[in-house]
Amino acid sequence: MRIGVPHESQQTLVAATPATVTKLVKLGYEVAVEAGAGTAARFSDAAFTEAGAAVTSADTVWSSDVVIAVECPSLERIASMRQGAILISQVFPGAHPESVTALVDAGVTGLALDAVPRISRAQALDTLSTMSNVSGYRAVIEAASEYQGMFAGQVTAAGKTAPAHVFVIGGGVAGLAAIGTAVSLGASVRAFDVRPEAGEQIESMGATFVQAKAAQQEVSSDGYARELTSEQEAATEAMYAEESAKADVIITTALVRGSAPRTITNAMIDTMKPGSVIVDLAASGGGNAEACVPGERAVTDNGVIVLGYTDLPGRMPAQTSQLYGQNIVNLMALLTPAKDGQAVLNMEDVVQRGMCVALDGTTMWPPPPVQVSAAPTPAADQAQSAEAAAIPAKPSLTPEEEAKLRGRRQLVGGALAAVLILLALTFSTYTFLGHFTVFALAVVIGYYVISGVSHSLHTPLMAQTNAISGIILVGAMLQLGHSNLVVTILAVIAATVASINIFGGFLVSRRMIAMFQKGA
Amino acid sequence: MTLTTLAQAVYVIAALLFILSLAGLSRQTSAKRGVNLGILGMGLALVATIMLAVDTSHRPVGVTLALIIGVLAVGGAIGAWRARTVEMTQMPELIAVLHCFVGLAAVAVGYNSYITERAERAAGGTVHLIEVFLGILIGAVTFTGSIVAFLKLSAKIKSSPVMIPGRNWLNLGALVVSFALLGWFLATPKHGFPPLILMTVIALLLGVHMVAAIGGGDMPVVVSILNSYSGWAAAAAGFMLGNDLLIITGALVGSSGAILSYIMCKAMNRSFISVILGGFGADDGAAAPGAGSAQPEGEHHEITASEVADLLKESSSVIITPGYGMAVAKAQYPVAELTARLREMGITVRFGVHPVAGRLPGHMNVLLAEAKVPYDIVLEMDEINDDFPSTDVVLVIGANDTVNPAALDDPSSPIAGMPVLTVWEAKHVIVFKRSMAVGYAGVQNPLFFKENTAMLFGDAKKMTEAILADL
Repeated sequence: MRIGVPHESQQTLVAATPATVTKLVKLGYEVAVEAGAGTAARFSDAAFTEAGAAVTSADTVWSSDVVIAVECPSLERIASMRQGAILISQVFPGAHPESVTALVDAGVTGLALDAVPRISRAQALDTLSTMSNVSGYRAVIEAASEYQGMFAGQVTAAGKTAPAHVFVIGGGVAGLAAIGTAVSLGASVRAFDVRPEAGEQIESMGATFVQAKAAQQEVSSDGYARELTSEQEAATEAMYAEESAKADVIITTALVRGSAPRTITNAMIDTMKPGSVIVDLAASGGGNAEACVPGERAVTDNGVIVLGYTDLPGRMPAQTSQLYGQNIVNLMALLTPAKDGQAVLNMEDVVQRGMCVALDGTTMWPPPPVQVSAAPTPAADQAQSAEAAAIPAKPSLTPEEEAKLRGRRQLVGGALAAVLILLALTFSTYTFLGHFTVFALAVVIGYYVISGVSHSLHTPLMAQTNAISGIILVGAMLQLGHSNLVVTILAVIAATVASINIFGGFLVSRRMIAMFQKGA
Repeated sequence: MTLTTLAQAVYVIAALLFILSLAGLSRQTSAKRGVNLGILGMGLALVATIMLAVDTSHRPVGVTLALIIGVLAVGGAIGAWRARTVEMTQMPELIAVLHCFVGLAAVAVGYNSYITERAERAAGGTVHLIEVFLGILIGAVTFTGSIVAFLKLSAKIKSSPVMIPGRNWLNLGALVVSFALLGWFLATPKHGFPPLILMTVIALLLGVHMVAAIGGGDMPVVVSILNSYSGWAAAAAGFMLGNDLLIITGALVGSSGAILSYIMCKAMNRSFISVILGGFGADDGAAAPGAGSAQPEGEHHEITASEVADLLKESSSVIITPGYGMAVAKAQYPVAELTARLREMGITVRFGVHPVAGRLPGHMNVLLAEAKVPYDIVLEMDEINDDFPSTDVVLVIGANDTVNPAALDDPSSPIAGMPVLTVWEAKHVIVFKRSMAVGYAGVQNPLFFKENTAMLFGDAKKMTEAILADL
């Protein structure tokens, strides 16, 4: 099958790089690259040719069996595609249902890279993560170039400078990338996310997790944030106002299913210092900041710079294209299990089903919901509580009650055992009592002595105890000299095996102990 | 002063030496002294016993002495030969064999005790008869149980649990019948052989059945339990012979084995009873795959040895978590070499050992020590679990269930609640594995599908050598 890589009309990016072309060829595909497709990303046509692609015209590319692209092509382009062909690109079927309709009408199978379900094994295909990651990084770089100061605090002979205060809203891929970048530039970073489980990740990147108790959501079942309730919203707003007044740089990344909730109002911007920078990564959805102009750099009346760039990944085209291209290679590898250059769709596979928006002239969007394995499944909890409710005969006990009950049971059991032992001992002989005293004390001593043994020496300990339990040899030896032949024979057997134990056990534990060496 | 009191005095000293010997094993630095004290105690006890045996001999002194020297020579030769030639990977088998010897000796001594006492005092007291009976019972169970454990450990028979329907009732039945036989035995002390022999046969079968029902991965517990039994058997022999040294030693060994079993059980979050009753995964494990929903599935990432080498070069902290697979592949030498090489490069390398890794308590430590890995970088699970988040690379070599996140995350998992090494918190996890097969517990391991996990398929030894070559 032939894979076509068109020149992106709106983008500096390209869906394949020479490096990923090599991998596609290895999967058995022919690759046709439109002339000049990689120029903006600094991949020359010659480099593509060298990697094994044919550099051809737009028509050849668009008539390929599989077309891979970064942006969803125009409706006319889709209409011009071959029936039965596969289009792999970002589609945003939620925001642009007309693209899906066009794909269905043209009989083209559409795989939306932005609709990959958020499950672990689909991460390798997730271009949203790729793009967000790059955006998060670039957002900090853009902010740093606008901000009139150093990110890192310094103590110099000319005085002390404080580190820049960066506030990141949203702990998704973009937010985490921004946190990591800002931290490594030396800024003091605070970050917030409505999902409580993001707190740990935020802190792992080196930022302080800002808490707004009332604003925290429950763990979401699909890995995405939900929209907030009204009380949550009020609490969050108060926190945003407080944090934004302190911040030199705000990076806001809140996108809920393609639309951008308002996080930074103009009232909040008014409290910010002149020269502060807001980078709005949700500009594509209209912007989180009220003052955001999507695609533009805006300056407010009080001198706050609001960057609403929507092309952040495209500002680093070579690397972004490489990452994006690798996502596509991973997808093609999934679609080509036989590595024979034949793409096979498997609608039983959650990942492929989730991405597929159009198949053989039917609409496949939206896909059935997928549960994320990463979050604890609430369904299981419900099942369990249902199960618990179904068994009324077994009242559930709190751990304390259970411990108390167990303690009482142990007490009763212990008392019973003590009485039994006492009875048994009373009816036994004096000699037995003497021996039993020795036995009981030895068990106690053994308990304390063995409890102190280092875990790493347990094997030598076993060999050693093997050796000393060969002490039964003492008993066997005393029976050796008995006049009864049977006794002597049995004693010989017992003594022989016991002495194997003694010699074998001691020697092997010595051998093992000698092997343990302390490091330099 | 008679020879008997002299011998008893020596026994007291020997008993103290044994206690000191076990106490010495608490640390590596004093371990050597501990073993030597044990040998000294044993030597003293034997010398005293030989004197006593010669003194009380019914046969000509020369014959008795010759017999003693003969058995010591034979036993010593076999013991020394086995101890010198045994491979460290085969330690579990050797230990199991040694347990079986104690069991056998206890049975023989028990019968002898009955025969001699019956002849000399017509009928010993009831207490003595009970001692004999119990000593033989425990000895016989230890004997056959250890043989089965040995066969399983040395892979001469399949290590999967053998399930006989109603097996717990069978075990209980055997004990009840033995108790009844004890009654019969006490009723006819002069003609006690029929019940005694019948009980011995039942006990032998019980030993076989009990261990046969326990699977391969529970072996650390089984070996520890048998260790404990062998101690109780020796103590029982001490009671019937009226010998305090045997009682003390048996009690020490018995409690040692009991504590080890307890540690192992805790490390697997299983109750003592459930291990003894056998068949891990037979009841709950079968239900889980049937329910099907909890089975994680997904895509695993593969990695090559040279990529692992590159990853290691760039890391600053590495933890290696070995498991039974390392022992099987005999990979401890290349692993030790890898450790040495990485340490030369200034990389921190440590080992995280799960208490039940391997087939014997402390098995991994011995294997690593054999390959000259310094013991102070080999840490226990509790010591190292907090360090995984700050670790760059974790190499999981032949471990599976002990690094399974399902034990913590998935309450429906058969191994739920078992403490595990939290390797997945590290930046990268490399799993050395032959294939995607499940571990002993029969549980799929979600670790393999984590995004920071990469699988290195192949023989652990060859792969480690390949990484070494690429470094």
